[in-house]
Amino acid sequence: MTSAVTPTAGPTDADAVPVGPLPDSAGHFGRFGGRFVPEALFAALDQLTDAYAAARADPGFAAELGGLLATYAGRPTALTDAARLTAHVGGARILLKREDLAHTGSHKINNVLGQCLLTRRMGKTRVIAETGAGQHGVATATACALLGLECVVYMGEEDTSRQALNVARMRLLGAEVVAVASGSRTLKDAINEAMRDWVATVDTTHYCIGSVMGPHPFPMLVRDFQRIIGVETRAQVLERVGGLPDAVVACVGGGSNAMGIFHPFIGDPSVRLIGAEAGGDGLATGRHAAAIAGGAPGVLHGMRTFLLQDADGQTQVSHSISAGLDYPGIGPEHAWLHETGRATYGVVDDRAAMDALRLVARLEGILVAIESAHAFAAAFGVARDLGPDAVVVVNCSGRGDKDVDTAAKWFDLL
Amino acid sequence: MRSLSDERSLAGEPDERNEPGERNEPGGQSRLSQAFARARADGRAVLVGYLPAGFPSVAGAVTAMRALVEAGVDVVEVGLPYSDPTMDGPVIQAASDAALRRGVTTADVLRTVEAVAATGVPALVMTYWNPVERYGAAAFARDLAAAGGAGAITPDLPPEEAGPWLAATADTGLDPVFLVAPSSTDARLARVAAVSRGFIYAASLMGVTGARERVGAQAAELARRVRAVTDTPVAVGLGVSTPEQTAEVAGFADGVIVGSALVRALLDAERAGADPEEAAVALRGVVAGLAAGVRRSGPSVPRG
Ligand SMILES: Cc1ncc(COP(=O)(O)O)c(C=O)c1O
Repeated sequence: MTSAVTPTAGPTDADAVPVGPLPDSAGHFGRFGGRFVPEALFAALDQLTDAYAAARADPGFAAELGGLLATYAGRPTALTDAARLTAHVGGARILLKREDLAHTGSHKINNVLGQCLLTRRMGKTRVIAETGAGQHGVATATACALLGLECVVYMGEEDTSRQALNVARMRLLGAEVVAVASGSRTLKDAINEAMRDWVATVDTTHYCIGSVMGPHPFPMLVRDFQRIIGVETRAQVLERVGGLPDAVVACVGGGSNAMGIFHPFIGDPSVRLIGAEAGGDGLATGRHAAAIAGGAPGVLHGMRTFLLQDADGQTQVSHSISAGLDYPGIGPEHAWLHETGRATYGVVDDRAAMDALRLVARLEGILVAIESAHAFAAAFGVARDLGPDAVVVVNCSGRGDKDVDTAAKWFDLL
Repeated sequence: MRSLSDERSLAGEPDERNEPGERNEPGGQSRLSQAFARARADGRAVLVGYLPAGFPSVAGAVTAMRALVEAGVDVVEVGLPYSDPTMDGPVIQAASDAALRRGVTTADVLRTVEAVAATGVPALVMTYWNPVERYGAAAFARDLAAAGGAGAITPDLPPEEAGPWLAATADTGLDPVFLVAPSSTDARLARVAAVSRGFIYAASLMGVTGARERVGAQAAELARRVRAVTDTPVAVGLGVSTPEQTAEVAGFADGVIVGSALVRALLDAERAGADPEEAAVALRGVVAGLAAGVRRSGPSVPRG
């Protein structure tokens, strides 16, 4: 059936750390992951698995992707010493991995360039994507424009209004944006609609999933394309401070920026890996998007993972001020890292995230995405706990231009 | 808007054409197998009719499903409404969303199965996997069997992940029904055929549920390929909605599955303000045409 791909290094890292044999050939991370999809999609998932294995074995693919990441996406991204923030928090030295400086303003471009190159290798001409905050949609529209691919982006109706700027950006880039009015009209429903499209168009269409989620091979594929974040971070921190960081902190929606920065450190037991789930109005209110803290194992969108669900297994609607974290599930490898204890997941509510957003803007002159602000809020606590001798890296996954409207309302600025 | 309390049974008068209360006996020929054998003896295809439980209400759905049986459906597919039905088009989505909003539960679905099974016609649950996993595969199989269910179709559970479900159903007499699609390789057809019991659900086309102008050209070819690897009956669904289409499919498959056309009739009835009895009249009309269709064209492709 599928050829097993042994995940090692991402396509562009020469000196990567060897990693474990996950997932297995059927896409399992322990009891998580797998492929829970209609039979009609199996052929396409097998084709993708094979195309990816062939691409990894082809130095030409690594060279092409590496070239685009360097000359188009702006990699490597900077590692910034957040000196004023460090002083203000009063704990560990805080370093920022600046994915906000990547082209299109977030880490999403890393994955999309990889998948769109694969689309071309498979001879497909059309790309579909789901998007929550619009960042993955914008990145996909961008890569499709660059590579001459047709692009359709599914976006929940609720998100098209709270992230209207990104809708306009996608349209400017030539993509068709479809507002999804079914179900809860957010990211999960956009994914449902993209899957319905894909079943009917799979001969010509690639579904460019935006996070480390979905059926195998997507969680592996997206992780490998995002792994460049961690590979760069590891080298930059070693050079800057002469050792490994004590903790790496990232926000977790589906979990791609977190998996990308965590993965090269998984084999370094001294490095704490900390994920911040979106707490919305607070875990106790039930209005949140914290799949690990507030969910239970189940199956959604082709994978077994932690999910927000009711007693009958119906998916519960998630809540977060951050559209990009507003998802009731989490990538299956995070479920595995949580279950094995290798990574720790905490919850940051809307208020803490927005306070962090303003603080980082004022002290560092960086307006971060609300998604990323969740990582900062979590990192402050970690930095205080670890103390001044420690080094904490925060994955600044995206910039906050798209969130100015939301922030202006939250802080009553206009 | 639940019109029935948990205590009250939904079972009505048994349909005297059938043998009410008959259960699948482990080891014996299953209810589904019997239905296919009977139709084959009559020189026709089986008509499988789908409706979601809980729409327009739990009791209203039972009334509608009984109407299907009265008008000639051989097997009732009882849909378990789910929040994320990625294989369904807008019509079935609309009805199952409404059922969920009105509070339908997994327990209601099982009681619906019980009421339909009491007519003597096999009642098959169609469910996405997570509600079963959440209920517990073994517990669901036990309770479905106890309700008189004939089995379950699980469209997003591939054979690779089906171990717990196969184990749970093994000693219950329930038939686990799996799907094949036009894109399935021969190796996958064989893999699905090895675990599917009762029948194999062949998706007529690459797409989601919903009426189509014509039956996918790939459907006949897929049915032929399935028959080449197994003796298990093959039923074709997705996009089959008219008497002409059921007749066409009956020409190359053992069973014809109709869903959206029936759900559409219920949605239209609700929109027109019809009560459940009036909706049942409309449904019987639709089913009568479809049932005539499966009889018009006996299987023209002999088996074996
Ligand atoms: C800036 C930014 N960070 C994080 C995320 C969350 O996605 P993931 O958890 O896959 O990194 C998004 C999603 O839209 C985003 O735009």
